[in-house]
Amino acid sequence: MAEQRFRVYVCVRVGACVCMCLGLCVWDATPPETTTTSAGAHPKDDFQEELVIRPLQSGDVYASFQFRTLWETDFMKGNKVSHYRLFPKSLGQVISKFSVRELHISFTQGYWRTMQWGQPFMPSPPGAELWVWFQDSVTDVDGTWKELTNVLSGIFCASLNFIDSTNTVQPSASFKPLGIGNVTDHRFLRYATLPREIVCTENLTPWKKLLPCGSKAGLAVLMKSEKLFHSSFHSQAVHIRPVCQDSECTTTSWELRQTLNVVFDLHTSGQGKREWSLFKMFSRTLTEACPLASSSKIYIDITDNPQGEQFELTPATHLLSQAVVLGDRRTFSVYDLTEANTFGSMRSLNLLIRWKSSDMLRPLLHAERYVAGYGLQTGEIHTLMYNYHPFRSFPILLLDSVPWYLRLYIHTLTVTSKGKDNKPSYIHYQPSKDRVRPHLLEMLVQLPPNSVTEVTVQFERALLKWTEYTPDPNHGFYVGSSVISALVPSMVAMDTNNTKERPLFSSFFPCKEESSYFVRIYTEPLLVNLPTPDFSMPYNVICLTCTVVAVGYGSLYNLLTRSFQIEEPNPRLAKRIANVIRRLRGVPPLA
Amino acid sequence: MGLLSDPNRRRALINLLTRLNAPICAVCYIAGVAWFMGLAFEPFTLRTYMSENAMGSTMVEERFPAGERALATGREFAAHKKRAGGMPVDWLVKTMQSRGLEVFTQKFSRTLPFPDENKERYMVKGTNVYGILRAPRAPRTEALVLTAPCSPGDDNNQAVGLLLGLAQYFRNQIYWAKDIIFLVNEHDLIGMQAWLEGYHHTNTTGIDWSPLQGRGGSIQAALSLELSSDIITSLDLVLEGLNGQLPNLDLANLFYAFCQKIGVTCTIQGKPCCPDHDADGNEASQRPTMGGPRAFFTCHHCWQVRTNDFSFINQILKLNNLLERLHQSYFFYLMPSLSHFVSIGYYMPAFGLLAVILLLRALDLWVQLATPPVRTEDGIADLEQSSPEVLSVLTPLVISHLTGAALYFFPIQFQATAVEHFPVSESEAVVLTAIAIYTAGLALPHNTHRLLSGEGVEQDWRVLKLIAVLYMAVLLGCTALINFSLGFILALTLVPMAAFITPHRPKVLSAFIMVILSPACTLLFLVFFFQDLQEIPVSFEDGWMLFLSVISQGILDHSLYGSLVYPLIALMVYPCWLLFWNILFWK
Repeated sequence: MAEQRFRVYVCVRVGACVCMCLGLCVWDATPPETTTTSAGAHPKDDFQEELVIRPLQSGDVYASFQFRTLWETDFMKGNKVSHYRLFPKSLGQVISKFSVRELHISFTQGYWRTMQWGQPFMPSPPGAELWVWFQDSVTDVDGTWKELTNVLSGIFCASLNFIDSTNTVQPSASFKPLGIGNVTDHRFLRYATLPREIVCTENLTPWKKLLPCGSKAGLAVLMKSEKLFHSSFHSQAVHIRPVCQDSECTTTSWELRQTLNVVFDLHTSGQGKREWSLFKMFSRTLTEACPLASSSKIYIDITDNPQGEQFELTPATHLLSQAVVLGDRRTFSVYDLTEANTFGSMRSLNLLIRWKSSDMLRPLLHAERYVAGYGLQTGEIHTLMYNYHPFRSFPILLLDSVPWYLRLYIHTLTVTSKGKDNKPSYIHYQPSKDRVRPHLLEMLVQLPPNSVTEVTVQFERALLKWTEYTPDPNHGFYVGSSVISALVPSMVAMDTNNTKERPLFSSFFPCKEESSYFVRIYTEPLLVNLPTPDFSMPYNVICLTCTVVAVGYGSLYNLLTRSFQIEEPNPRLAKRIANVIRRLRGVPPLA
Repeated sequence: MGLLSDPNRRRALINLLTRLNAPICAVCYIAGVAWFMGLAFEPFTLRTYMSENAMGSTMVEERFPAGERALATGREFAAHKKRAGGMPVDWLVKTMQSRGLEVFTQKFSRTLPFPDENKERYMVKGTNVYGILRAPRAPRTEALVLTAPCSPGDDNNQAVGLLLGLAQYFRNQIYWAKDIIFLVNEHDLIGMQAWLEGYHHTNTTGIDWSPLQGRGGSIQAALSLELSSDIITSLDLVLEGLNGQLPNLDLANLFYAFCQKIGVTCTIQGKPCCPDHDADGNEASQRPTMGGPRAFFTCHHCWQVRTNDFSFINQILKLNNLLERLHQSYFFYLMPSLSHFVSIGYYMPAFGLLAVILLLRALDLWVQLATPPVRTEDGIADLEQSSPEVLSVLTPLVISHLTGAALYFFPIQFQATAVEHFPVSESEAVVLTAIAIYTAGLALPHNTHRLLSGEGVEQDWRVLKLIAVLYMAVLLGCTALINFSLGFILALTLVPMAAFITPHRPKVLSAFIMVILSPACTLLFLVFFFQDLQEIPVSFEDGWMLFLSVISQGILDHSLYGSLVYPLIALMVYPCWLLFWNILFWK
């Protein structure tokens, strides 16, 4: 318990009807002995790195990197910070310039398959996601947000500059600050996703450059892009938030967490052989920790393998750690890279796992979404949320941000569980404005135990202006993932005499009580076709209308404007001469 | 246009048109038929080409290493099918799971309006099994579908084997950008329909299905496999969809391109594409089995082609590489052969020439109506009698449409009564009731106008015919736009009949010709004609039985899958034809 201290609780009241009270437990994971060795000269900042490897039930391997830089400084109140050591200067400047209080950005390629893989340590939607809490000193939040997205787009080499008012929302309940601070006015929150954003090496390189050791030493040497992108799922993220420095919380420090989550597909890479090693996954082995890191560890999840009957781990380690992660007590083998004997006589560490058998485990909360109906006029968005808990119901917050060109018929919104109407206890709906802002729908729904809850809402597909269509070769229009935030009841109660060190990945989301844990899951993005005119048609139409106008209108106009007279046949020459003579004579001419 | 504003020249033109009406009509008819025949002549058609650059037949693997294993899987499937006496659901689930797919099942049930004697089914219950191969690093937004129907008997086992073999092969590749759904469906089209409706969460045909558990985003394209032999000598491409819908031409082109590349004979409608291929002699060439899931996908905005071959690994690959929806190329086309196609701009004139006949006749009638006969002085009296005129035109219209409605509703409504009173089975009852109503329509009172207005007037049948002719023109025009083949065949028989029927023709001969050219007889002839084309000529007896089963299939197709042919014939074409019948017997 000496190392595991809960520092602060910040309870956030979401609203009278929102009973979800998010607590915050920040836990200082710096072991005392490592602090003295590596970070002694600069005790004010500290860097830790960590790799968790979890063999998944489906036979895939989940690798999650986390890098944490803690810096005891104050960006708030317009402080000029000019001396940077471990904390990346580019991000520090962004924080102070734009008065950011919290910044969370993730780039994801692929979709996290909850049913096969369970819950991720760091959930993220496909594409890019950005959410930022600004300090309450910011007056023009929208302007600052716009500038910030442009700057971030430069830093991360991503198209974040496409974030504008049409895809930005201010969720009222779903996204609460994860760091300290007591401003929860959602005026200072901005949330946006870009579901179509493709993540590749050009995003990875700037991300790696933010690390103190770059990709030169430590765990980051494993990040070879050709291997990282040869996987089933790839997600990289940056989270910045202020955290407490000590138990009294008199001063704040800033925490930068860089996370990278990869799922390797054994089926395609292993040719059916169920075994992997660090070298096989990353085409690298580890030789040293990052010299700047105060802690550098690898955790292997061996929970499903207590007696080694499921798989075999080499080299074996006797260091074990237990932690409650996502409501489940997990056991990890720990490899401390700061100790020389970890690397053995070969001076390199290549972990190896061989499987023996496997079975499936069902996550408690699971969601999916799809568009129902066909044709190009209307449709219906179905969101299905599964609660697999056998006897407990729990509330979830559903956040849906739908672009304006799908006109939601909000009166058709239905929430049903087990065939009965399930009235949400809290609904926050902000209608869209054409070309200005998207629909925002937030709901607090109670999921009954062992049930499927279906949320449906009908929509109409809008006709765009002809310049608003994407170029001809397109897949369609994307609708970002909906976000489900929930406190899921935990299977495991907190064990009070757990004296083991807790790894970083178990401490990201605040959890007030260990009987339930916080989970955020994202549904699939949707691909919707809008009624698109055949753009070669204008040519045909121009030709046709020109013809019709020329022939039809021309002749009609001719008919309407012409004055009809009965034209007399020309008088004969003799008659004309006779008439001339008659006129001369003063006699009336011949008719 | 000066032509029309000048009364003299207008009169001259109208005179010309009315005087030469019959010859012009005959010329148009011959020209239309000739034009249509000409479409089969290669120089008059366009060569097929790939509109979509991303689908060029390059950069693909030309080998499928697991062919033997696929055949073995097919045999295993056959054994399990025999043991289970239907679809071996558990085995399929296990096999797909072992291949690394996410597997789901869907149950469906459907009670047919009357027993289907061809396929021997009435209460249909089944299960679809599908496995989704998730594309790595793609967010489940798009999907390709590969299906193989689980047919009764020994048919199509190889297709399922191939499907599973492909699933295994595809699972080990990393390059997928779209989810691939491998679907094995029971009860061919009904299962397919249930799955598609479940996938899109719609219910258009009243089928009962259990909701799907897993999805893969919007379906971009689909391929259906049918394969009943271990050795492949030629591949047949089946493009027809429900209600004349067609897949994007690029899909067909791609298929043909691959076949050419790997040197496999490719056929369409069972006919080889080029005469030189015919010379190799494909005696052993596989006849395609009929009745597989045809292009239902088209009505759900995804495009599908049915093939039975190996080369669609490549096809799937190219579809996978596609960075956009299939929007290029043609959706309205005819394919005389695989290397040539006729686009809508080329085939519509053939129909247009036939439709012009109707318009010319209408113009002629209009002119006749507009210029009252001068010899009698009762032109003014005619104008005054306008209200009985409306009635005398309206009554036949209403009566014939009521007959059509009866033809549409009664066969299914009264099948139970018919079975009680006559020694026939349900499907026979339905078909025979339909034929009875159809024939009874001919004997309807045709001279209601006499009851209403006393004496039938010469003018009245002209008005009726004018309306009937325009009605038919609109009807056929719309049909031909949606489903050219149906529209053209109907036009071919109905137009000459419509053009030349008047009350003054010899009654018996005209009536005989009219009956011959009526939609039902057209269908009967087409049955024989089709059998002839298939080189399996049938006797009249068999042909008649085939005709009956075609009718019952048509009615079933309508209630099961929403095929529009039966309601179109019953509610529109037949009443329209009755109007002309009415005119013939006008007194």
